[in-house]
Amino acid sequence: MEKALTTSLIRRTSRSGKSAMSLPQIILMVAAIIFFAVSPYLFSNYRLNLIINILRIAYLAQCWNLMSGYCGQFSFGHAAFFGIGAYASSLLYTEFGISPWAGIFVGMALAGLIGAVIGVLSFVYNLKGDYFALVTLAFAEIFCVVAKNTEFLKAAQGISITFKKDWTVMQFSSKAGYVHMALIMVIAITAFLMLLQKTRMGKYFIAIRENEDAARALGINTFKYKMIALVLSAMLTSVAGTFYAQYYLHIDPDIVFVSGVSVDAIIPCILGGVGTVFGPIIGACIIQPISEFTNVYLAGLPGMNMVTYGLILVVAIIVLPHGVLGLADSVGKKIKSKKEEVKSVRKVREV
Amino acid sequence: MAVSITQSLIDGILMGGVYALAALGVSLIFGVMKITNFAHGALITVGMFISYLIFSTMGISPYVSLPVTVLLMFLLGYGIQRVTINPIINAPSHNQLLLTQGLSIVLENMLLVIFTANYKSMSLPGFDKAIKLGMISINKPKLIAFTLVVIASFAVYILLQKTDIGHAISATSVQREGAVLMGIKVDRINAIAFGIGVACAGVAGALLAPIQYISPTVGEGFQLKCFVIAVFGGLGNIWGAVVAGLIIGIVESLASLLLGGSWSEMVIYLIFILVLLFKPTGLFGKKTR
Repeated sequence: MEKALTTSLIRRTSRSGKSAMSLPQIILMVAAIIFFAVSPYLFSNYRLNLIINILRIAYLAQCWNLMSGYCGQFSFGHAAFFGIGAYASSLLYTEFGISPWAGIFVGMALAGLIGAVIGVLSFVYNLKGDYFALVTLAFAEIFCVVAKNTEFLKAAQGISITFKKDWTVMQFSSKAGYVHMALIMVIAITAFLMLLQKTRMGKYFIAIRENEDAARALGINTFKYKMIALVLSAMLTSVAGTFYAQYYLHIDPDIVFVSGVSVDAIIPCILGGVGTVFGPIIGACIIQPISEFTNVYLAGLPGMNMVTYGLILVVAIIVLPHGVLGLADSVGKKIKSKKEEVKSVRKVREV
Repeated sequence: MAVSITQSLIDGILMGGVYALAALGVSLIFGVMKITNFAHGALITVGMFISYLIFSTMGISPYVSLPVTVLLMFLLGYGIQRVTINPIINAPSHNQLLLTQGLSIVLENMLLVIFTANYKSMSLPGFDKAIKLGMISINKPKLIAFTLVVIASFAVYILLQKTDIGHAISATSVQREGAVLMGIKVDRINAIAFGIGVACAGVAGALLAPIQYISPTVGEGFQLKCFVIAVFGGLGNIWGAVVAGLIIGIVESLASLLLGGSWSEMVIYLIFILVLLFKPTGLFGKKTR
């Protein structure tokens, strides 16, 4: 029994753990990086706003992917960490004049701490699946209520940041600065996930996702690795919050602590492929333009844009349960097996 | 003080009953399909708007049109399950959750397209005066809602316990594979159960319509309350949901009296977290999971 479990775990982990990239993949990746890097010199500010949003959502989705995609701990409350990051850096800046470059680390520390509290509580009591998702949702809602009712946190009106065009306080004179900052964030977290896949820890994450009981039976300290995934994800998510605050220059509880943020983090992963390195980026490149397009072209009929967006979401989940990458994978396999079939038929004929 | 506490206890019980019926739908759907329905809040709003539409066009009171609402909502639920939920019934839970969230976005915004974001309200002639019992006043629509909720809960109970369809639903919720082997058409049972769950949301919505203002996003506030009550009562447990609904109704009402309106939500979320951590099987659930 145990041997069967071991082999099945190894087989499963090696499926997602294959990390040697093929040449076309590398070319595509480099091309994408170059495209985003030079985009500020090619497009209007209006298009750049879309590109910044794509990168921002891609980063957020990668954070969710780390904990929920790789380690299988399904969070529906990433808004909590996002909001903590946004509030920490913005408050430190507006109240105490501390640069968001420093505030970002305070946000990370706070989000990590809250993540640790949520993790210890949930994992000690062995919460899983939908129950864990509901706990994370409840925590996010609590932060929303607290922020709305605390004078120190500027209550419901939120925090507005005056624009100073000074890079030392994370405000860039042109969109180029924001594009490059977001691009660096996406590259960093993606590189981190690629490295993670190769390490023992990454394999443990995947083992926990696939079968937690089996992973524990094999001697993996599941509590420890789930905690690592959650705290890391929480800390990285808070950076997205700080970036949001510095880009849009206004935050309030109904923007940063609502479940819409958590949904934003999940959608690109599911569209692109949960638990894959590039899925969330592909997903963000699909969903953000759609959302922007419907916003612009259906502006005359309030609500119609979101109806379309929701319908696309529902259809995509039904048609592409494993995301775009899952589809590509299965198509690739079919072609491969077809080729092999042809080969074997030929061999039989030759004989 | 004693008067205001008694008053809020009564209000809490009356509102708690309505919450309980809505939560019963969540509980039933989770019990049968193991899906947390994030569209439930939006479906409550749909129920509200159906009875609002009937009231504003034909002048028929929501209590009279209730059977129509129930039928329409059941059909809506049945259809939604067949078209969207059934294909993903075995998908990972994040897919299921996001799908129901997507449905919620679609429903809410369809209402926004049709009825605009303007707040609406329903004033039923003869129902605006409260019943006075000494110092305490009882809101008539709330009292009627509570009475109808009790009847509806019994109806659902009898449906599940005494009919063949009910037995098939219970069997499916206990063990899907076993139910298939017994010749139960599980796909159909799932759709019926979803339809009943949605009808519960619809009834709750119709009964809430005369009590509070109506707008496309008003259901969001009820959504999490439904989850709290469904989990507190034990997912899949009908009487659990009813008892938990009354408890949450009372807690909410007392908390908003003692702490102020917005902090009362906080108390409910804290209860939710504590229940999830310490007793995820709910009030009457077994100790082990």
